[in-house]
Amino acid sequence: MAASNVVSRATRALIWLVVIFALLVGGNAFAVFGQGGSWVPKLALDLQGGTQIILEPRLAEGQTVSEEQLNQAVSIIRQRVDASGVAEAQVSTQGGQNIVVGIPGEPDQATLERIRSSAKLEFRPVLITGAALAEPPEEAEIPDTEQSDFVEPQSPSDLAWITPEIDAEYQTINCFELDTRGANVADPTIPLVTCSQDGLSRFILGPVEVGGESIEDASSGLVPGPSGASTGEWGVFIDFDEAGTESFRQVTERLITLPGAQNQFAIVLDGRVISAPRTLAAITDGNPQISGSFTQESAAVLADQLKFGALPIGFQVQSSETITATLGLSQLQSGLIAGLIGLILVVVYSLFQYRLLGLVTVFSLTTAFVLSYFLITYLSNAQGYRLSLAGVAGLIVAIGITADSFIVFFERIRDELRDGRMLDSAIQAAWKRAFRTILASDAVSFIAAVVLYLLAVGNVRGFAFTLGVTTIVDLIIVTLFTYPIMVLLGRTQFFSSGHPLSGLDPKALGAVYRGRARFREPVTADKTAVQKSRGEAKRRQTIAERKAAEANAPSEVSN
Amino acid sequence: MSMLTRFGNGLYTGEKSFDFVGKRMVWYLLGAALVLAAIVITTLRGGFVFGIEFRGGSEFRVSQPAQVVEQTAIDTVNEVVGIGSNPRVSIVGGDSVRVQTEQLTTEDTELIRQELAQSYDVPVNQVTSSFIGATWGQDITNQALRALAVFLVLVSAVMAFYFRTWKMSLAAMTALLHDLVITAGIYGVLGFEITPAAVIGFLTILGYSLYDTVVVFDKVRENTSQDGEESSRTFAESVNLAVNQTLVRSINTSVVAVLPVAAILFIGSLLLGAGTLRDIALALFIGVLAGTYSTIFIAAPMYVHLRENEPEAQKQGRRREAAVVKPNSGAVR
Repeated sequence: MAASNVVSRATRALIWLVVIFALLVGGNAFAVFGQGGSWVPKLALDLQGGTQIILEPRLAEGQTVSEEQLNQAVSIIRQRVDASGVAEAQVSTQGGQNIVVGIPGEPDQATLERIRSSAKLEFRPVLITGAALAEPPEEAEIPDTEQSDFVEPQSPSDLAWITPEIDAEYQTINCFELDTRGANVADPTIPLVTCSQDGLSRFILGPVEVGGESIEDASSGLVPGPSGASTGEWGVFIDFDEAGTESFRQVTERLITLPGAQNQFAIVLDGRVISAPRTLAAITDGNPQISGSFTQESAAVLADQLKFGALPIGFQVQSSETITATLGLSQLQSGLIAGLIGLILVVVYSLFQYRLLGLVTVFSLTTAFVLSYFLITYLSNAQGYRLSLAGVAGLIVAIGITADSFIVFFERIRDELRDGRMLDSAIQAAWKRAFRTILASDAVSFIAAVVLYLLAVGNVRGFAFTLGVTTIVDLIIVTLFTYPIMVLLGRTQFFSSGHPLSGLDPKALGAVYRGRARFREPVTADKTAVQKSRGEAKRRQTIAERKAAEANAPSEVSN
Repeated sequence: MSMLTRFGNGLYTGEKSFDFVGKRMVWYLLGAALVLAAIVITTLRGGFVFGIEFRGGSEFRVSQPAQVVEQTAIDTVNEVVGIGSNPRVSIVGGDSVRVQTEQLTTEDTELIRQELAQSYDVPVNQVTSSFIGATWGQDITNQALRALAVFLVLVSAVMAFYFRTWKMSLAAMTALLHDLVITAGIYGVLGFEITPAAVIGFLTILGYSLYDTVVVFDKVRENTSQDGEESSRTFAESVNLAVNQTLVRSINTSVVAVLPVAAILFIGSLLLGAGTLRDIALALFIGVLAGTYSTIFIAAPMYVHLRENEPEAQKQGRRREAAVVKPNSGAVR
């Protein structure tokens, strides 16, 4: 390996680091100037406070809410908030009736919608549809009919479902004052009279054919047109489970044969029809798409809501107020002051242990800190990540893990020097081994981060995020900063001559090798049998190293 | 050169050596005793004290007091329930104070309402009380435990694959269990309240403990794979040498990791007194030390214990008795 090659690779690594920095700073600047971002990471509820939203259930008269329903709602709301970013919301029940949601910052309308709407999705066949009446009659006459006139409906699409009572309800429905209070708890086995979301059409719908509980997954995106090209319209794509796929196939197979309005099926969300497309073909793959008047955001919100399931009850916002942090900034400040003192102690210790080599640790840690800061700020702007006290603690412990990578590397260099290598070849050999160790140990941390992030919810997810970030930073810093810096420093007179202050003095390290070809006799006196065997072992190792050194010899000559 | 460097020189050549592997029974007993003590004392104390984030509790709300300050409420609750009740106090909407405490009896609830009204100088009917549910519900715990189980299985598999032996995974997991029990024991023994922050502290320790073990095991792997049958060292001596050779690294790393945590623990506590920050710093402090200790004193000796009866491992070091040199003999990894 030619010397210039190594140097140019080291320089290239440093340039990459600068590029990464530039990208992060650029990304941040873009967020700050373009999207109202910030140069400091946003803080979580425990450190900064936020908004406390009290939700009360929207109940039909005489209806009560059970503890089980509340707990289920809490769990679903938490997942919905989590899905909007790593915000670490606090969701709990209050007084056995309400739900309290604490979220950092100020929630916008979309966030409130995401939290409170029940998102109960139903597919019902359309029986009759028509334009909404601007001024519906107060009352419609219900013709007297004999009970025996009622024919048992043959299928959910059967017009026999329309009893005179239902027809009367249809005649009098006011779409502009539609009260959906009871709609999302409407009995799925009987017809439903309701309106479209925009209030322009009214419907009589048959019983529920497929419910939201059959949805396995949901996503949002642009709806492709018939030719496959995008129509520019946002929609939600649904993935049914097996039972859902089968029921949906049966429905579409039946509807395709029916005339007029009966050919349509209605997609009902929280009691309102969001769209009622015609059935053009039987859908057998269980992946229908819903389009309507979605924006990119509302499509994403609905997809998230469908994915985590419907709330067992609908909620409305009772109050939404700012709330101060439970821990407060004083905790964070003292924590930071103490952490800073700790860092100074780390610097002192590194300098004491590694002399001027300790400066490399200090600079690496500083670079790691700056990189983490920008990464977290960027993710805070882009992903909604928020730093909590637990996150700060994670970052502080990460100092140790990051510093460990340098320590492993330095100790390896020293080991190689002890074996009698020259500094630059010692750095190369040490790097090869140290990098393997660093990679293996960081892989374990990274697996932890990914698994916990994907599978856990709430605070644990926030922790996983911090762990993942610090692990990546560790790897970036050690490969793109510490190692190249060591390569470059190893070529300076100060370090390569093993100046006593360099921390790499072969004499102090008890190197068994002096100069290019002369081996010093090992100083160890073989006193006991055990020591004797160890002495042999050492010589054996030295031979192995000598072979390696011989293999490297040409490059050393070319220096 | 510092003392540690000379110390490191000796450890590297084997001139100086600590017998971590040979005295393993002592370390096992010590570890078992600590784990047992943590479990027994925690149980005798009546188990862990979970915070209101896990159990729910009582909530009070003081509307429009003359002075919207948090400390008054903290003092009041401490007076009634006792020091260490650790109420969560925050200001809602800028004009009322929200106080959350552990679940109180009806009498205590009434008492606190009156005391709060008195300290904030408002009529009693401006202090409302209600029950609140857990913010860290059973669903979060279940999800976290499932994630943890998946992680541990996955990491065991990855380690077994990387090190080419499941025995290292087993040793690492045992050390991990030791660390977690001891760290959790700190909370149980001292009666600290377990908050979500504490749980995150445990998870941090979980990561650190495994990380530390992997670093040392990588050196063990390297040493034992170099030593074939022709080695003059027994398998146990090989592992012991690896642990000794990484000892300086272990010391340096744990010092660097522990210094900032210790600063928070001691200086932070002086500045702030008791609180979440002190609790988490203590957990991390103990956890990092336990993590470093268990790698050296439990994971490595246990690995030898698991391996040394294998025929291949037994072959190693035979040369001391019979000098049979077999080139390219099967390496022990």
